Amino acid sequence: MVAPALDPEVQTNSTTIEGAIDYLVSARPDAVSPDSRDGYEGIIVAAGQLLEIARMIRDDLGFDYLSSATAVDYLGEGDHMEMVYHAYRTSGGGALVFKAQTDREQAEIPSLTSVWRGADFQEREAWDLYGIRFAGHPNLKRILMWEGFHGHPMRKDWREAYYEEEQKPFDSRWPGGHVHRSEEKNVFGKNVAYPPDIDLGRLMDTSETAVYQSLGLGVDVERIMDKDGFETNELVVNMGPHHPSTHGVFRMVLTVDGETVTSLAPVMGYLHRNHEKIGERNTYLHNIPFTDRLDYISSMGNNHGYVLAVEQLMSLGRRYNEPTYRCEALRVMMVELSRIVNHLWAIGFWLNDIGAFFTPVLYFIQERERILDFFEAVAGSRMMCNYMRFGGLFGDLPERIKSVSNLTNDRVRDYNTMQFLTEMINERIPRTIDELELLLTQNEILIERSMGVGVLSRDDAINFSAAGPLLRGSGVAYDIRRAEPYSIYPELDFDVAVEDEGDMYARYRVRVTELRESVRILRQILPRLEATKGESIWADGKPGAYAPRVPLGEAYGRVENGKGELGYYIVSAGGRNGSMNPWRYHVRAPSFINLTPMGVMCHGHKVADIVGILGSIDIVLGETDR
Amino acid sequence: MYGTGLAKGLMLTLRHFVESYVDDVRYGFRKYHHSTDNFGIRQGTKTKGVITVQYPDEKIAVPERFRFVPFLIIEDEDHPTRAGKDWCTSCGICAKVCPPQCIWIVRGNDPDTGRPVPEPEAFFIDIDICMNCGFCAEYCPFDAIKMDHDYELASYDRTTHHIHDKERLSKPNSYWRSIAPTRAYDEMLVRGTWEHKDAAKEARRGAASARGSAPQPAAQTEAETASAPAAAAEAPAATSEATAASAEGATPWSEDEAKREERRRKALERKAKRAARRGQ
Ligand code: SF4
Ligand code: SF4
Repeated sequence: MVAPALDPEVQTNSTTIEGAIDYLVSARPDAVSPDSRDGYEGIIVAAGQLLEIARMIRDDLGFDYLSSATAVDYLGEGDHMEMVYHAYRTSGGGALVFKAQTDREQAEIPSLTSVWRGADFQEREAWDLYGIRFAGHPNLKRILMWEGFHGHPMRKDWREAYYEEEQKPFDSRWPGGHVHRSEEKNVFGKNVAYPPDIDLGRLMDTSETAVYQSLGLGVDVERIMDKDGFETNELVVNMGPHHPSTHGVFRMVLTVDGETVTSLAPVMGYLHRNHEKIGERNTYLHNIPFTDRLDYISSMGNNHGYVLAVEQLMSLGRRYNEPTYRCEALRVMMVELSRIVNHLWAIGFWLNDIGAFFTPVLYFIQERERILDFFEAVAGSRMMCNYMRFGGLFGDLPERIKSVSNLTNDRVRDYNTMQFLTEMINERIPRTIDELELLLTQNEILIERSMGVGVLSRDDAINFSAAGPLLRGSGVAYDIRRAEPYSIYPELDFDVAVEDEGDMYARYRVRVTELRESVRILRQILPRLEATKGESIWADGKPGAYAPRVPLGEAYGRVENGKGELGYYIVSAGGRNGSMNPWRYHVRAPSFINLTPMGVMCHGHKVADIVGILGSIDIVLGETDR
Repeated sequence: MYGTGLAKGLMLTLRHFVESYVDDVRYGFRKYHHSTDNFGIRQGTKTKGVITVQYPDEKIAVPERFRFVPFLIIEDEDHPTRAGKDWCTSCGICAKVCPPQCIWIVRGNDPDTGRPVPEPEAFFIDIDICMNCGFCAEYCPFDAIKMDHDYELASYDRTTHHIHDKERLSKPNSYWRSIAPTRAYDEMLVRGTWEHKDAAKEARRGAASARGSAPQPAAQTEAETASAPAAAAEAPAATSEATAASAEGATPWSEDEAKREERRRKALERKAKRAARRGQ
């Protein structure tokens, strides 16, 4: 669509994306040009003027929320690096996609941290994995890999030590299957390459200085340590990486003044397996079960975001059928059930963190077990559901949730599926939410412990690209199901949960409201399932192919997951480079980006509150570290 | 009043505590006994109180769609014509759709003609790597690979036990139909026969050539066959096994490295040839 050439003044008021693009192109023709590549959208900004244009986008056009910032390596496809930014308005609507390109060898792009602080971790990730320098970034250090890692692994020409082939399926599997154990190729000691100039002694160095100096805390450990230890009252405390209290192998380094935290730096990457590189070797289909392993508490939501992104791309081509209504209804049901699972889990373990050890969480886990039973019967697995497919699903609901005794001592269950669901949605889950509220909402200890702690202001929440309950707990009514609706959400009746205080208690309240809203949605899904009984979950009645045709282009599919906005940025090279594998596969992980304001939220609080604040953000390390 | 919220919460905890004993009383303190047929109720939506399962004295039988490490289907031993034969035709699709690439297949060749035969010579799955996604079973066009329900696979030495070879992977068709009766039935409806696709095709061909002579007796063992829509097409073929049977021979998975290498080289050559043909 081409908007009429209007006076730039008038176009500022234009609320459409096209209007915004036209405004930018006409206001700054020297710096901005539309991205006219096949299947691409948005604008390309000259790297030199990026900062200026970003300010215009935020201040003049009102795109106050930077959802995602990520890099793409176009080796052999133009031989440049590209940063891709997706900016949104918190009032709702689509994305303004803007890109900046740079040379591969001397990759440098101005940092946008001064415009959106939410770009902080994402730019560090792009530096770490792609080797793009961000001029003006306050602390441009590696974030997922360690300092001293050789190379930038997401670059297309980087290869791991046990490299097998660029793309799956690998040649050695068939017809002359050549079996080997993967350890044979991945020998300990030979699986890491060090840069030539690295001092290996430094990696072995266990002195405090080496451990803490790269964190950018601005603390001179030597100065603190070299006295008798008690001379100064500033202290560096290392928390983690230990599982229960930090929700996974996650580490925080804080400086404390007495009991009060003065600064905090999250340290992550212990669970990093370069999910995105694996994803680019995989075929489109292969990636679905891999997304299960991101936020393993709500794998249904992960599946949903990914299939939405790929379906966006597929819909550009011919021979693509929209999912049927029944399929959409089932998807929404599964996603809402996993939101319930996620919030029960989040609240339960947050309580653990602030000292209500395991009694409440076990009440919630009982409910979760029933939902997982249902997932297991429908999708085949409790947590790694692998349920959604491009244009469809793995399978419709089974008639009965039924088992057959197979092992010794096996006990058998047999329920009618719809009856099971109805009882769950109408009785069990609401009852549990009531109990949860009775137990907690008015509980004086909980209130004293959580009110006014870990405050994130409204403006900070937006500027830090916070998402999910963290954003809505700070007074921003931004829920993707409403702001940029997908699937059948537009026709469903539900409210966006929002609280203004921005503290731990507000986030708890948001989660409780969302639990109730999810039940409300599920109650609307049940009659829809009854009405579509017998309808196929596939548009043409038969399952999709294992190698779907994905045309050239880019897509950003995002969903409101339990933990916040989960986005998948996918670039397809179309037929040029083997259409079965994505050229770029990026996950905008809410657990990762929500940690950006962690330092701000913890400032001035006591050490004992830190774990609680972390729990109230609700992260999963499988997704943080990817 | 300050503290009421706390007190209410404690009352709830107390109620949960009491409820945890209600079932014991209801089942006369025989809650976990084999004779009480209460497992479905205890684990259902209506239950309150303790839902713990006393593993391994009790185990939750897994639902039909449960997926855990694939196995290969072979024909039942008492099958009249194809006893013990693989359903797998070594088409390679499962190896392609497997996300972590843990399936290795050696396609079988006729020793005389060198032409591929529809049966794998060897089949390996590294279950350390298998992510139990179920794609292999989902996309196999011959229903020859299925996800198992036996999750008790712990072993003392993973290096020797965790690459399953064809022998270890093979389980009879009747096993699949016993652990997942509904799914097996649905698959039969899609295939149109309880038999293997190819066998059914052969049978149709055999029946066509034998038209006019006495009708073949339906030698099916399944009672359900009667309800199969394509039951008519299921007359077993008597003479279609010649090529396939000749592939039975030495066990390739116990061969030495040199032989495997040799076979692999040949396979790759064939592959290159095919690729070259396609390129023209
Ligand atoms: S997809 Fe089925 S028939 Fe083909 S090789 Fe795999 S198991 Fe055999
Ligand atoms: S279940 Fe998935 S990972 Fe395992 S062998 Fe089959 S396709 Fe491969």
